[in-house]
Amino acid sequence: MISDFWLHPALILIIGACAVPFFRGALRVPFLLLIPTLSFGAVLSMTPGVYGVINFADWELVFGRVDSLSLIFAYIMALMCILGTIYGLHVRDPYQHMAAWFYVAGSLGVIFAGDFLVLFLFWEIMAFASTFLIWFRGRARSLAAGYRYLMVHTAGGLALLAGIILHYHATGGDLSFTALDVSQPTIATWLILIGFMLNAAVFPLHSWLPDAYGEASVVGAVFMCAFTTKTAVYTLARGFAGMEILIPLGVIMAVVGVIYAVLENDARRLLAYSIISQVGYMVAAVGIGSTLAINGAAAHAFAHILYKGLLFMGVGSVLHMTGTSKFTELGGLYKKMPRTLLFTLVGCASIAAFPLFSGFVSKSMIISAGFYGEHYWATFILLAASAGTFLYNGLKLPYLIWFGESRCSAETYERAADPPWHMQLAMGLGAFFCVLVGVYYPYLYGMLPNPVHYQPYNAYQLAETLQLLGFTALAFYVMRRLLLPIPTITLDLDWLYRKAGTVFLWLARKPIQGTDTAVNNAYNTWGLNPLMTISRFWSWFDWHAIDGVVDGVARTVRGVGDRVRHLQAARIQVNVFTTVAIVAVLLILYVFAN
Amino acid sequence: MIVDIIDKLRRHLPLLAKFGLALLVVLLLWDIFLLDKSKAYTAVESLPGFWSFFGFAAAVLIIVVAKTIGLIGLQTDEDYYDK
Repeated sequence: MISDFWLHPALILIIGACAVPFFRGALRVPFLLLIPTLSFGAVLSMTPGVYGVINFADWELVFGRVDSLSLIFAYIMALMCILGTIYGLHVRDPYQHMAAWFYVAGSLGVIFAGDFLVLFLFWEIMAFASTFLIWFRGRARSLAAGYRYLMVHTAGGLALLAGIILHYHATGGDLSFTALDVSQPTIATWLILIGFMLNAAVFPLHSWLPDAYGEASVVGAVFMCAFTTKTAVYTLARGFAGMEILIPLGVIMAVVGVIYAVLENDARRLLAYSIISQVGYMVAAVGIGSTLAINGAAAHAFAHILYKGLLFMGVGSVLHMTGTSKFTELGGLYKKMPRTLLFTLVGCASIAAFPLFSGFVSKSMIISAGFYGEHYWATFILLAASAGTFLYNGLKLPYLIWFGESRCSAETYERAADPPWHMQLAMGLGAFFCVLVGVYYPYLYGMLPNPVHYQPYNAYQLAETLQLLGFTALAFYVMRRLLLPIPTITLDLDWLYRKAGTVFLWLARKPIQGTDTAVNNAYNTWGLNPLMTISRFWSWFDWHAIDGVVDGVARTVRGVGDRVRHLQAARIQVNVFTTVAIVAVLLILYVFAN
Repeated sequence: MIVDIIDKLRRHLPLLAKFGLALLVVLLLWDIFLLDKSKAYTAVESLPGFWSFFGFAAAVLIIVVAKTIGLIGLQTDEDYYDK
């Protein structure tokens, strides 16, 4: 079914983004509110079907595959775009809004993409636009973090592209993005999976996330926490449902995220690790792959976008007002930022899966799917990680920022206050939706991709959750001294490329450059000198014996020797680059030739 | 208003702690004597107070493991990467 008129919500955002710099003064705020609202309206007005089909070269590109799975993700992302934009209304720099909207447009483009080519196009828009959300923080560290983020995502994008090309070749030219054969994965399947997993921050491809989100601008982090990983969860649910390796990987994410969050001193990095942990539940659910599990993954992504956005807004407000997000420099702020505390607590209760809050109705679905699928070990570990989630996010975070003793400097305490009205409004709306989903869960369940026969509120589930959370609180109370903040960071796998970069620089400076010089010297001694000697001999012979009859020979030999020397002196990196480039071109030619 | 409530609660912290403990005891008693466990997924959940024990043990384990990882050298100075 191809409709005559179908407006892509991403297109609304892209056109709007390009127009942002022209709306100044009194028109600025209405325009900033209008565009995301229109985009949300476009999502709301959609009915399932296939739209936006364009013939390009030999391919049929599908921009609008609308079904229940794409609709629920698009709904929550378009909604989050409104909340994020309201939160960032104070930002005067139009380019920050542009970057944010391009980023959301990238996500929505991926969500509705019906084929791999369109998916890849929007996938890269997402990566590039979000890099600017890091750079706009404006610190030297953010610049470096942005470059690292971009490079990691470029690598992930390359894996995805390589997978797509191999897949295209293997299927005889079929680019449509549907469920891949997960029972017998090919190299193409693995490469596409790696591309998706990197964006979902699946262990061990996860450490870009805290590195980038900890350094992003206040508003940038609110956007970033919602889109990249959940878009990846969507693609995993679409393409890899039932891929069993995702169960252990998801469980590892859930645990690693918790452990690092417990140690973390920076509140935004804590929240970043918490994303890894929460996305772990979704990845594990995709691995389980049953209809209940996929429902659980979608529901948890929906709930997660809301509460994580809310938490990043709350902690972002603290950073925005006080200038710091480190626990060692905060504490006892409830008198200064009471409303921010209240909104953040709603986010904390939601992520901790308290009954009546959003996380409860979504996470319990994944847990039930785990037990029904008889993945007992995985499910019990996920439940233990839930205790950890409450520990670091429900207890540690509010305790160290708002309660407990104040570690604030006089200046920090002086600056602390509830943020401007629009930030409070965005947080209030986020909190409202968290409670709405938790209390009136048919609102969420009605949007899920598969039919729902699940009831989250029953006596046993309540008793289980309340005991789990209550006794976690007891453990926190007993061991709270151990959780007091210390000004440290915890090394993660990004160490490999951050320190490997230094090692590479050292290698480039010392051994490689040294080898290059040595080769030059050796060549001068063993290669050029004999050549020169021979040419001198010929020159002499020429001069004295043949007396000018064949005097061109000597000059030729000397000339060749000189040229070889210059070739050798070219920088070794250039040679390496040329070699790699030639190999890459040959590989691509090979793939297409077959 | 929020500040007043928190101030009041902070003034009565020992009472609050006792209240919390009492709640935990009630939860535990509910689990042991009243709760219908026919909806449990595994046999081990039928043990009296299983989820109470599980929650406490999981939290303690997570703190201990995290602290151990910190102590073996993974926790380091904040300017580690700037050096």
